[in-house]
Parts: sequence; C-alpha cells; structure tokens
Amino acid sequence: MKETRDSIADIWGPRTGYEGQWPERVDERVEEEPDHWVQSACVLCSNGCGCDIGVKDGRIVGVRGRAADSVNHGRLGPKGLHGWVANNSPDRLTKPLIRRNGQLEEATWDEAMSMIVSKSKKLIDEHTASSIGFYTSGQLFLEEYYALGIVGKAGLGTPHMDGNTRLCTATAAAALKVSFGSDGQPGSYSDLDTTEAILHVGHNIASQQTVLWMRVLDRLAGPNPPKLVVIDPRATYTAEKATVHLAPRVGTNIPVMNGLLHLIIEAGYINQEYIKAHTLGFEELKQVVAKWTPSRVEQLTGVPADKLREAARILGTCESLVSTALQGVYQSMQATAAAVQVNNLHLLRGLIGRPGSGIYQMNGQPTAQNTRECGADGDLPGFRNWGNEEHIQQLADLWNVHPDQIPHWSPPTHAMQLWRYCEQGSIKMLWISGTNPLVSLPDLARARKILAKEDLFVVVQDAFSTETTALADVVLPAAIWGEKTGCFTNVGRTVHISHKAVDPPGEARSDFDIFVEYSRRMDFRDKDGNPLLTSTWQTTEDAFNAWRECTRGRICDYTGMSYAKLTGGSGIQWPCNEQYPNGKTHLYEDGVFSTDIDYCETYGHDLETGAPRTKDDYKLLDPKGKAFLKGVDYEPPHEEPDESYPLWLTTGRLVYHFHTRTKTGRSKELHAAAPDSYVQLATEDAARYGIVEGDMIEVESRRGKILEPARVGDIEPGLVFIPFHYGYWDKSDRPRAANELTLTEWDPVSKQPHFKYAAVRIHKVHA
Amino acid sequence: MLLSHYLGLLENSEKQLSDAFEYVSRKHKDEPDIEQICQKLSAWSREHHGKVMSFCQKYSEQQSSEPDKLKRDLFAEKRSGSLTLLRDLHDLWLLAQEVQLCWIVIRQAALGLRDEELKATHEFCNARTKRQSDWLLGRIKQAAPQTLLVAEQ
Ligand code: SF4
Repeated sequence: MKETRDSIADIWGPRTGYEGQWPERVDERVEEEPDHWVQSACVLCSNGCGCDIGVKDGRIVGVRGRAADSVNHGRLGPKGLHGWVANNSPDRLTKPLIRRNGQLEEATWDEAMSMIVSKSKKLIDEHTASSIGFYTSGQLFLEEYYALGIVGKAGLGTPHMDGNTRLCTATAAAALKVSFGSDGQPGSYSDLDTTEAILHVGHNIASQQTVLWMRVLDRLAGPNPPKLVVIDPRATYTAEKATVHLAPRVGTNIPVMNGLLHLIIEAGYINQEYIKAHTLGFEELKQVVAKWTPSRVEQLTGVPADKLREAARILGTCESLVSTALQGVYQSMQATAAAVQVNNLHLLRGLIGRPGSGIYQMNGQPTAQNTRECGADGDLPGFRNWGNEEHIQQLADLWNVHPDQIPHWSPPTHAMQLWRYCEQGSIKMLWISGTNPLVSLPDLARARKILAKEDLFVVVQDAFSTETTALADVVLPAAIWGEKTGCFTNVGRTVHISHKAVDPPGEARSDFDIFVEYSRRMDFRDKDGNPLLTSTWQTTEDAFNAWRECTRGRICDYTGMSYAKLTGGSGIQWPCNEQYPNGKTHLYEDGVFSTDIDYCETYGHDLETGAPRTKDDYKLLDPKGKAFLKGVDYEPPHEEPDESYPLWLTTGRLVYHFHTRTKTGRSKELHAAAPDSYVQLATEDAARYGIVEGDMIEVESRRGKILEPARVGDIEPGLVFIPFHYGYWDKSDRPRAANELTLTEWDPVSKQPHFKYAAVRIHKVHA
Repeated sequence: MLLSHYLGLLENSEKQLSDAFEYVSRKHKDEPDIEQICQKLSAWSREHHGKVMSFCQKYSEQQSSEPDKLKRDLFAEKRSGSLTLLRDLHDLWLLAQEVQLCWIVIRQAALGLRDEELKATHEFCNARTKRQSDWLLGRIKQAAPQTLLVAEQ
C-alpha cells in the first residue's frame, strides 16, 4: 500500500496558499504498483475531480489525481482516494435475479430481460405506456441517461421519468431557470482563484466537496484572502473558517436572504446600470425585501442584527463574489425562492459573467448535471422547453418520431408524484436504476409499503444488494465506474471522459447496454421503421455523438467535443463548439440571459404556488434576454416543534460517506472513520434530558422512530442532527435510517422534498 | 344602486371558494401538494373575503344567495375513487371563475364610481384569483391523462 497522504486523519491535506494560479498537488493511493493507468474522474460527488485509475492484472488497485485537470489540479479527497475499493468488493451482484415463489433466485439475462419485456408489453396493451415509470440516478453516465431518455420519451412515450436528483439538485436547476431562463452555472471554479469574497448558503462545502474546499482553504492561506460568509444553522467545518457565520433557525433562509438584500439595496451597494440594462422586476423585489429590517430578521431567525449588517457589508462592497448554495437551501421550506435570492444578489450587484464572480447552485451527485441535461429527469434533453412546440419538434426530428409520441402535454412527472402514482396503483411497473430509495426517500415506511405492493412490478439495476433490491421482482447486476466508458459533467459544466479500466464482475452489464438491449427487445422503431437506438448505436461513443447533435445550438453545446478531445488532458467546459473550441469559462458575459421566448427552458412558475406560466403570459413579460429578479415573503414551515414533538430535526451528510454508503461503506478506512449513525444534540438539551455522549436515544417523529447513539455539542439548542447515509444493508439490528422520520412534502416549484426539517421528540433508552 | 347586490355575490363567492379550498385540502391529505397549496389558497380567499366585507358595509349590502347554490351543485355527490381529485379540482376551478367574473364586474363599477380604494382592492385580489386559477389549471392538466387513461375505478 502506498499513499501520498492520509486523507482520513487529515481530510484536506497540507496547505498550498495562493492567489491567481492554484498550485498542483497530486494525491495518490494505491494498494499495489499499477501496471498501467486509465483516465477517469471521480464519481463520489458533484465536484468531478479528474483522476487516473491504476490497474494491475485486470484489477483496480488505486487512483491518483490528474495534475492537468482544471477541477482539482491533482488533488483528491478521502472518498475519491478510498471509494474505488467498492469495485472489487465480493458483495458485487454478478447475476440477474428473478423473484420466484417469493424468493429472488439467479436467472439468465435472457430470462430477466424477457420477463421485463413481456410485462412491459402487457401493461402497454392494457393500460398504455403511462403505467410504466422510471426512477433513475445522479450516478450514471451521460450516454446512459440519453439512451434512457429516448427509450422513455420516444420508445415508450411515458411522461413518468425522474431521478433521485429530484432529492438533491432539482432546486439548483429550478433556481437557474427562474432567474436566467435555463439551467447552467454561470461561473467557473477558477473564479475562486481571484475572488474577494465567498458566500456559502446551506452548503457545508468542507464535507461535501472536500477538494473544492481545499481550493478555498488555500486561498485563505495565501495573500489577499477572500472574506468568507457562511449561512448555516450548524457549526460545520465550513462555518469554523467564516469571517462571518450566520446561524439562522431552521426554515428561515428567506428572511435572512431578504434581510441581506434589503441592507444592500438600502445602502446603495447595487449596480443600477446593470439592473436597468439586464434585469426585470427590481421594484417588486425591493418592495418584498423592504420589510426585512435587521431587527425583524433577528427576531424571527435568531441572527443578530449586527452580524447581518457585517455580512451585508462584505457582500455589498466586494468587487468580486463567488456564491454557492446547497441542501440547507434546497431541502428546506421555500427552497427555490431562497436559492433565487442568491442569484438576485449577484444580479443586483452586476457580479456575474466575469472572472472572479460566479454562482454555484450546487449539485450533490457526480452526474446529476447529466440527468438534467439528457432528459432522464423531469426536463427535456438539451434543456428544451416542454411547453414549446418548436423544441418538441426538434427532438422529434432528432429521433425521427412523430412529435406526439413525445409526452409533452404537461410537465414530466416529478419523482414524488411518480411514487404517488405507484402508491395509487396507476403506475404498475417501476424501473429503478443506480439508486437506493429505501434509504434516501423521505418517510421510509411509506416508501417500503409502496415497493412491497403486490400490483407493482419492480425492476432494480444496481451493483450491490440493497434495501431496495430486496423488494424487487427483477434485479439486474450493473457494471459501474471503471468498468465501462462514458462521459459525465460536473457541477461546473466540466465534462470528463471515464475510460473502461477493467471488466465488470461476473455477468454484470453497463446501464447503457441494458437500456439499449431493452429497446431492441421492445422493438422500438422510428417513423421509417428503423430500430430506434440499435440501428445507429453500437458503442457509447455513437451515443455521445448523437448527444452532441442534440445539444447543437443549446447552451449546453457539446458539438466541439469528442471522445478523442476529452482524452489526454483536462476536462472541458460546455458550451464547447466552433466558436469556443476549448469551452467557455463564463456564461452571460454580455448580460444577455437565456430568457428569450424561443430559447428559454421554461416559461417560469409562480414561486409561491408553483403554477406553470403559459407561453402567452410569458409573451407579455417579453424578457428578451433580461434576467428575472424575483422575491417572495416568508412562509413558516408546515411542521414546527410543539408540545408533543418539541425539537427540530435536520439531516445531512458526513465527509467520509456518499449517498447510502453502498460504495463508501465498503472501504475499510471510510467505514472505520464513520461506522454508524448518531444523533447530535446541544449540550443544553443533553443536560435537560439527562443524556451523555454515547447513550442510546430514541428519536421519534409523526412518521416513525429510530434509535441512535448520542453525540453532544456543536449544535444550536432545540435542534438535533442525524446523518442520512445509514440504512440496513450492513446493520439491521435497530431502526436507524434518518428518513424514517422525514416528511413527504416538497417545494412547489422544484418539487424537491423537505428533508431539512421535521418535528421530533427524544428520550433516553435504558438498556 | 345595485352595486351592493354584486358585492354580496362577490363576498359570498370568495367565502365559498375559501371553504372549498379548505374542504379539498382536508379531503386530499394523501396528496401532499394538494393539502398544502389548497390551505394557502384558502387563506388567500379568506383574506379577500375580509376586504370585500368592508365594501359591503360601505355600500350597504343586500344578501345574495346565488353562489351558495353553485357550491351545492358543484360538490354535490359524495365522490370517491380515482376521479375524485380531478373532479374536485374541476369544481374549484369553476368557483374561481365565478369569483374572477364578479371582480371584473365590480371593477367596472369601481371605475365609474372613481372609488380608488375599491380599484386597488380589485387589483390586489383579482391578480391572486388568477394565480389560484392558474394553479388549479396546471394541476388539472397534470392529473388528467393519468386519471382518464391509466387509473382504474
Ligand atoms: S471532492 Fe468529490 S469528486 Fe473530488 S475526490 Fe472528493 S468525492 Fe471525489
């Protein structure tokens, strides 16, 4: 075993302070000396760090960061350095399984696929294709999502397709669409190299994207360090480094953001010229935020007025600013509206579209950007607008099908509704790929009940047995990262290629091969009678080339990229085309946004009700490339602590784990660093309940109860925290999944569920 | 002056709408978005109703019972099964149209009377009534294909 640093003990590694050009540092961890290296990128969070996979005798033996990569300059974090061992785990699924007489039994691919195909055909016959739904992931490759998108939209013609990305990044996409007319992050990671100020809202970047946090730490350690404003109810690693840390009560992001904007507008820190030339809605926004004086904000949120002023001064006077938002915003009440306030801050100050200034409506999962781009979630491929007939026609031409074959009569079904249709029985077949909803969905008792329903046929394709595969009718063993070739795009629009390094174990197949095989067996055909996918797609490279055509002229333009170009150097940012052959670091440099009526991805929504706006209403607004400034007033959360359930629960991630730990839990070191779930509570609350560190605590909400060992301190009184990673596949001796407690409800615009608050009560369990 | 008659009609229909949103919210608790948004929209109509009341007093109201009848007709049968949600939203939308039309009529009178306060109230309430209708229509469009083509009794 050889490693360049111990990332478990020292998560972020030694400092290389800088300003301007982030120095390289190659992090490496191998079990044995590889006989060759294969280019890839890490798939354990949305950062997408460029890495090489070390291979010896046909087996993965380690990874190293790619020094040339613009995302990480050689660095890797603990998950990246350790997570690859999951590929070699003896627990991998290697054969298809079929449920016979109540038991999952090994079967051949032919048996498994025949069963899925005959079930599909029967359902289409009896109930139309709308009886079939797909629930996918933020962890497949773009070629796979695009194949899935075409299978669902042009092959079957079902509107029911979404990803678990609904749980993690739907609000990122929604907020970008609301303000700028289309998905797409305006800035670049390189903005961090020179920026004067950084704002993290509900984003524990230090734990979530360790490598990006290294970049921030290195700036803080270099000359002219940026000022750092952190908004988070918890004292996270990120908050520890803040110049100003605002810790609002759960569910009060909107009052804090409104208060900040109010102070900035009032002090005249805004760029009137920019506002006038490039935005719509300033007066309304000003009116909405005007009520939020510092003292009113303090009263409601607990953020001291002088701290709010200090933060406003930093955010109002810096000449450049990088802002990021994540789950603390996205999984909270008024998610989209609060995320939009971050965009508003940049628009009001004209800090967008130039070096040093960027907005990151962050993603959680590594390939969530592609789920959104390729139409494997509730969006259409290439950020097309489902309400725009012309856009539907473009897709119909690309796929050579009739436009009415593509469901566009109402917005594509979002995940939470999809599960509801399963519950009601109108979706009768659910195909889950690359995700483990029985740990990650809210209100797990309900989710389990749905998947166990007799009349729901469940297909799950995954690399491991999970809580979810246990309830499947068919389980398909999937090949994963390192075992297949494909591309994916990080949160910063940077596209990486990941080459196949080793063969998948046993009979496991790539998701791409599985979807293409389904299409072939279903005999999906285009208008001229040619097979839909299989007539032109032999390899994932063919799919990538088809995808390029789909993006032509759209903001996520891939037409200048190819497998060859992506191989060898750094990842490349879209848009990449004839005009920008090496990709583009900033969108909207000219202040012309994607809001033109013929171009925009959406006609927008009512931020309070979520009602979609019609084309006719949009015509009246006629934004012609101006960005929207939008604001709403505060609404209290739907469930608040009361006498029976007196504490707030919030959930979140740990630095050592990803998602439901199916990969990271199989690394000895990552597992040892964070072996079990826990409930964190304030010292005051612990004293009140007579709880000491390590006591077993029952935590109960209106949905369920779990048992967790106590961890005391580093959290606001009245609030308890439970990490969301832990389920039952490796330990089932007690109920411990945080989502046993969470609520089924969602943001009206992004439809992202509210994981960040629930009312709970606790008591000590005597052993 | 028959304005009071129409104000009564409006007052009554805002009340019906508020109650109906509340009713649908409670009835469809299993649809989390329906439960919560209908609560919110019910509160909007309740607020409108309060505003209209003050004009009823100002123009000495005479009661009108017409929309009462409307609601009885709309939510008459005891509904159950897959169609229920769609039919309930359908009826809410009809009630919202009633409210909207009343506001259009009242606005004409407010212009003639040069009653600035009534004009301002119209502007505020009518915009929100439209947003109620927009939400209902969006949700109806979403529910329709699944309900009519796939769901069983
Ligand atoms: S920051 Fe994210 S992408 Fe980079 S190594 Fe860590 S887990 Fe992988």
